[in-house]
Amino acid sequence: MRFRAASDSALLVYLGDEISLKVHRRVLALLQILQRERPGWLTNLQPAYCSLLVSFDPLQIDHSGVEVAVRELASHLLETRLSAARLIEIPVCYGGEFGPDLQEVAALHGLPAQRIVELHSSRTYHAYFLGFAPGFAYLGDLADEIATPRLATPRKIVPPGSVGIAGKQTAVYPFATPGGWRLIGRTPLRVFAAEREPMEMITIGDKVCFRAVSAEEFRVLESP
Amino acid sequence: MTSLLVESPGLLTTVQDLGRPGFGARGISPSGAADPVALQLGNSLVGNAPGAAALEMTLMGGNFILSEPTAIALAGSDFGATLDGQALDTWRSYSVAAGEKLRIGSTRSGARCYLCVAGGIQVEPFLGSASTHLVSGLGGFAGRSLRKGDLVKIRDAATTFVERALSSTTLRILQPRKVVVRVTDGPQFDLFSAESVRSFYESEFRVTEESNRLGLHLEGPALKSTLQQEMITEGVTLGAIQITLSGQPIFLFVEQQTTGGYPKIANVISADLFRIGQLRPRDNIRFERVSFAQARAAWLELRQLLASGDTLFA
Repeated sequence: MRFRAASDSALLVYLGDEISLKVHRRVLALLQILQRERPGWLTNLQPAYCSLLVSFDPLQIDHSGVEVAVRELASHLLETRLSAARLIEIPVCYGGEFGPDLQEVAALHGLPAQRIVELHSSRTYHAYFLGFAPGFAYLGDLADEIATPRLATPRKIVPPGSVGIAGKQTAVYPFATPGGWRLIGRTPLRVFAAEREPMEMITIGDKVCFRAVSAEEFRVLESP
Repeated sequence: MTSLLVESPGLLTTVQDLGRPGFGARGISPSGAADPVALQLGNSLVGNAPGAAALEMTLMGGNFILSEPTAIALAGSDFGATLDGQALDTWRSYSVAAGEKLRIGSTRSGARCYLCVAGGIQVEPFLGSASTHLVSGLGGFAGRSLRKGDLVKIRDAATTFVERALSSTTLRILQPRKVVVRVTDGPQFDLFSAESVRSFYESEFRVTEESNRLGLHLEGPALKSTLQQEMITEGVTLGAIQITLSGQPIFLFVEQQTTGGYPKIANVISADLFRIGQLRPRDNIRFERVSFAQARAAWLELRQLLASGDTLFA
């Protein structure tokens, strides 16, 4: 475990230095321990691939105090049983107007578009963390054959529900935001809904798979 | 119930309070007032709790009419406001009669001015806060900035008001000190060469037009990190100064993304974050490096000032 001050009120805790399920399980375990213990000085937790950003009230504790507390809690890391992962299935209509970058992705890899769809929808992904925007889950890992760099120029607006890929990650855009990931499809489901509990369709630690649907099925699922 | 009619909304006017911290694991940044010190003082002037919801106006105010007699205060930058043609001072509360026309003009100093109304603005809270999160269209008034014709509800307040103003001592402490922003070392400070660090602390940077509530983009000498490969994405803090591939800094601000993959050279101290909220495009700033102990002392001083009750006022 490595510690680094991020600001006058936050400490980064690194639990490894690679993107892997092994390291991420440690992140998840430490997150769950801190969420359970809720120390009085804690103001926010931001997990990622191999780190947990721990924010604190600087009038109650300092960086070394947080480090001591985290080390103490982390001694239970190995005994911590992670809550069971849920499996979320997301229907996606690939290509066409819903996935404007599918053809280009296929061309980049010298594969038929149908093969890209098969590769994307035949895997179960791990939700590493939520970031970027409310409900935006970073899912990995993509098959090596379809790992694709981001667009050189991000789109100003990505339609909500768009399914994008970037590097070895994939995600569903919850809101109409700018975005640089390549769009290969779209889901009719609402990824984030403030009136729903839980609001986010995917949470950290979930298992996620995609199911290819036709444009007709998309319309049916979309209607309320 | 009192309501506020929006005759014209100004450039970008949103409902804000002190935000909703603590939801990072769900990808939700806190949002909240860009200048929380102005918001808290403005609320104190009209007898509200410091974190009551108010209108945050950006660069240019709007025209508003209140339906019932009440009290208001303008806090933050001076936007040249009038009430039925009479000039209003910033940092002072006024009684307002029903139907009087409140006109708020363009900025004469910084980026933001807060209109605080006695009782505070009433909207459906989202995760415990009235703050508008523009990117996701959540919170605030219908999740968006105000438009002409909107009718905003005001909570009931006490019926007697004391007009009051901030003391000259308080005002002196809050004097715009925009030129120098105090920072502590960021988590990737070690990845910047001595020359880049020197250049960061010795140069002036200019705020660009791209700046908004998500982040402020700066323009200055290009800074280089010694990073050989892409960084693994990690959690990022409010006020983090990340250096993009072009070598230009970006401050992450109240509606920031919660994770990011650029190296951070420094982070604005908690006590100076509210000053960032008053920076306008084309303002020039410099950075001053301080220790965590100094940052904490400055934060304690600001918190004590805000909690000092009646001594804040003239």
